[in-house]
Amino acid sequence: MTQSPPETERAAKTPQALGDRVFRGIAVGSGGVIMLALAGVFAFLAIEGYPGLSVDEGLYSPATSFLGYVGPLIFGTVLAAIIAIIFAVPLAIGIALFISHYAPRRIATPVAYLIDLLAAVPSVVYGLWGGRELAQHVGSIQVWLHDYLGFLPFFAGPPSASGRTILTAGLVLAIMILPIITAISREVFAQTPRLHEEAALALGATRWEMIRMTVFPYARSGMISAVMLGLGRALGETMAVAMVLSAKPIVTLNLISGENPATIASNIAVNYKEASPDKQAVLIATGLVLFAFTFAINFLARWVAGRSQRRMAR
Amino acid sequence: MNSTSIRRAVVPGIAALALLLSACGAGNEETPSTDGGSSDAATGLSGDLAGGGATSQEKAQAAWRAGFQTANPDVTINYDPVGSGTGRENFINEAYLFAGTDSPITDEEGELTAAKERCGGSDVIQVPAYVSPIAVVFNLPGIDSLNLSAEVLTGIFDGSITAWDDQAIVADNPDADLPSSDIVPVHRSDDSGTTENFTKYLEAAGGWSFEPDGEWPSDISGGEAAEGTSGVTGLVTDNEGYIAYADASAAGDLGVVSVKVGSDFNAPSTDGAAKTLAISPLTEGNAPTDMAFDIDRATTESGAYPVILVSYLLACQTYPADQAEVVKAYLEYVISPEGQEAANAEAGSAPLDAGVQADALAILEGITAQ
Amino acid sequence: MSTLEATRTPDVVLVEPRLPSWAPLLVAVGSAGIGALLWIFGASLALGVFAAFVVFLIVLPVWSALIESRRAAVDRLATSLVWTTFLIALVPLIWLVVTVVREGMSTVSPDFLTYSMRNVIGDAQGGLYHALLGTLLVTGMAALISVPIGIFAAIYLIEYGKGKRLARILTFLVDVMTGIPSIVAGLFALSLFVLILGPSIRFGFGGSVALSLLMIPTVVRSTEEMLRLVPDDLREASYALGVPKWRTIAKVVLPTCLGGIVTGVVLAISRIIGETAPLLVVAGATDSVNTNLFDGRMTTLPVFIYQQYTYSTPKGLSYAWGGALVLILIVMILNIVARIIGKIFAPKTGR
Repeated sequence: MTQSPPETERAAKTPQALGDRVFRGIAVGSGGVIMLALAGVFAFLAIEGYPGLSVDEGLYSPATSFLGYVGPLIFGTVLAAIIAIIFAVPLAIGIALFISHYAPRRIATPVAYLIDLLAAVPSVVYGLWGGRELAQHVGSIQVWLHDYLGFLPFFAGPPSASGRTILTAGLVLAIMILPIITAISREVFAQTPRLHEEAALALGATRWEMIRMTVFPYARSGMISAVMLGLGRALGETMAVAMVLSAKPIVTLNLISGENPATIASNIAVNYKEASPDKQAVLIATGLVLFAFTFAINFLARWVAGRSQRRMAR
Repeated sequence: MNSTSIRRAVVPGIAALALLLSACGAGNEETPSTDGGSSDAATGLSGDLAGGGATSQEKAQAAWRAGFQTANPDVTINYDPVGSGTGRENFINEAYLFAGTDSPITDEEGELTAAKERCGGSDVIQVPAYVSPIAVVFNLPGIDSLNLSAEVLTGIFDGSITAWDDQAIVADNPDADLPSSDIVPVHRSDDSGTTENFTKYLEAAGGWSFEPDGEWPSDISGGEAAEGTSGVTGLVTDNEGYIAYADASAAGDLGVVSVKVGSDFNAPSTDGAAKTLAISPLTEGNAPTDMAFDIDRATTESGAYPVILVSYLLACQTYPADQAEVVKAYLEYVISPEGQEAANAEAGSAPLDAGVQADALAILEGITAQ
Repeated sequence: MSTLEATRTPDVVLVEPRLPSWAPLLVAVGSAGIGALLWIFGASLALGVFAAFVVFLIVLPVWSALIESRRAAVDRLATSLVWTTFLIALVPLIWLVVTVVREGMSTVSPDFLTYSMRNVIGDAQGGLYHALLGTLLVTGMAALISVPIGIFAAIYLIEYGKGKRLARILTFLVDVMTGIPSIVAGLFALSLFVLILGPSIRFGFGGSVALSLLMIPTVVRSTEEMLRLVPDDLREASYALGVPKWRTIAKVVLPTCLGGIVTGVVLAISRIIGETAPLLVVAGATDSVNTNLFDGRMTTLPVFIYQQYTYSTPKGLSYAWGGALVLILIVMILNIVARIIGKIFAPKTGR
């Protein structure tokens, strides 16, 4: 995409060339700092967590090995993140489109502003609100879901009247990641070249066709980035999940019962404080697993995105 | 045009606000150093003291800090509510000068030995500082209190008693208008001293068949979990038919269970809690500076309330010269009648029994400078 | 001549048949009426609203498909869906904001803003001044660390590292970084500073470092996307004028997408300003005012809120909501300032 500047200029020992070298140096250095920080976090997790892989069996209760301990947690983490993404992505893209292409400007600006505000609400408040207010309402919806859709494994129940389920936790996460996905999508949508859009309209496309043909292809990479950022937050969120979820180390697809798998991050936050040194090592080791897991998910997402991009190019 | 003028006003407005914020200290804080240092402080103590640990003590620590800092304006005490485990760890690695812990420090994972090493080889001081009744709270409209024995409580919390009008409950509460709805027992989702003490009580007095621990046994099916005391009481407040255990001071308007002690049913009270501690023996084989108790949770003593949480303070016998005085003074204040009264007023804890208090003060007397 | 015109007019239809402009409104009113009827006949309010939405989403496209064309129907469906998502999203948003304002409004007072919690017990008036200062300092420092690193890393990725292996690895690592749980970031920062400065170190700067770990990926990612959207024509035009690359980036590329970058930075700050767990671990907790980032414990607003919440007293709870309201107000002000900055420095565009 970007061309290098003319070679002659780089060769000349002018102040500009020096400026270029310095600028490039700072840019590369910043990248290096990020790598260093990540390597540091990884080293920290590995060193502190390694002893946790093989401690007294009792600490892995109810399982007897580290894998047995971390299994339900991975499951819970993925489940909560999937629920969050399912709810948040269509909503966020809809709102972003609304702001960038549908709403009259007088409405769009305050809406964008309000959504940004949602990002600022501390996770403790999300937890408080999710557990005390949202959960109550989700609780009654859950009873309804169980009555009419109880044959699905997701709504097998028995439904929890309090609504402190993984469904609620997923919803809270969805609301938490909504502003991130919306804000980035909105910015990239707004950057679609005006000419492309007008060309599409001039060819007789409806507004939706114009969006499909010019906006979405142009914003693909940005939308994927936005979703990945949201996913990262959903995977790593601690307090809000801890405060909403009624957790238990089990693996179940049942979304509406009072027994839900915890997420790795919330499990660390909840149990780290009172834990003995060995147990703390176990918890940090689960952090390492989450790290590796985020790694894998990102790898997969890149691969999928890369493949579909190639297909489109063809 | 209009919006521009508003915009023009916003920037200086914010700048002025920022200036205002940074220009002065907090409205309620005195600034002791400006009026000639510590000359007016009666005790002449000064310095920063860092401690931390059990979250259960947090409110009491706030009361103690306030009382001590008012008497010694040049001292700042900080207490990080990071949890007992982290508190012990930070005490051992010298991050904290004192620590609060819900379960007494032992040598199971070598923590006591490590702590002893941290204290230069001398025995670690461990004194009870915060004794609090744990209440069993429930939400049933129109019912403020219920009489339950330890066996029935065990049945409710391990899932073998599932309805509010179960015979076992009705038998002890003939006058209560009990609904036939399901009981939903609520436990802490986090590892906590409250859970540990509550399950220890169930084991000692009610035939609880699981290993008492800070984490709720995962073999029990049914029930729900919530994070922290606030989470638990919030969950019970919002939902009818829910029952949970929580620090008595957080019970609020919820119904409270009177537990069976001997032939009586006792509601949670600070006097009852203090009494239970007073009749409990010290753990055998501990160092003379270690006041860990073997709480007699199955007691039948009349007036005692056996569902209690005892939180301890950890300290060393010797400190560097500039710290010893302050640590000693602060811990003595905590144990003293004034300190215990202050914690009672703020956190609803049970003031220590006079005998226990005297023993603890005698141990703290031994804190010296290196 | 006249016959020719008469025969031609019906042949060439220049305008497709279209629904009248009041059609969506009519359908909206109609479906609202159906929802209201359901509600009157005993269905719950939520079900009524839900039914109204479904009726609207079905009737309008079908009508359009009958009168207009299939393409127009799809367009109408898309438009209605976009409006629907917007309305749905407003529900939690307004609900949350109303909750915080309702619960926090009565607590916030001049005293609440200018008092600290030092020596405050019982019913005495306390405040969050210490936490307010802590939040501004710790978050400000975190932004000071992360924004340059993040923006320069994004510049490297887009302007220098295009197609290089190092850049691909870096992009990937930044994605991984977004998934670091906040408490792990705190524990990492703590062990880092304990290694350097000894075990008893607890200071605000440590919190800034932990928050930077969480903030950098958001800054990099959003900036990267914005840089990518700057048309190459601009860069090439600048090179053609003999402007060196670094000046092109600084004077042409960055200003072009400044609005987006500022949004990203504000978003990143919003993301971290509400963090609790890492700060409690590495910055500790205190009741007193501390304005020195490098010495002594520092409390931030989220820690204050969480502490008050865990007290589980009525006063604690109202202080927690009050703190939340103040925190949201801070971010609101931040947002306004950022937008003004973006407006001032952004080049004039057609939009």
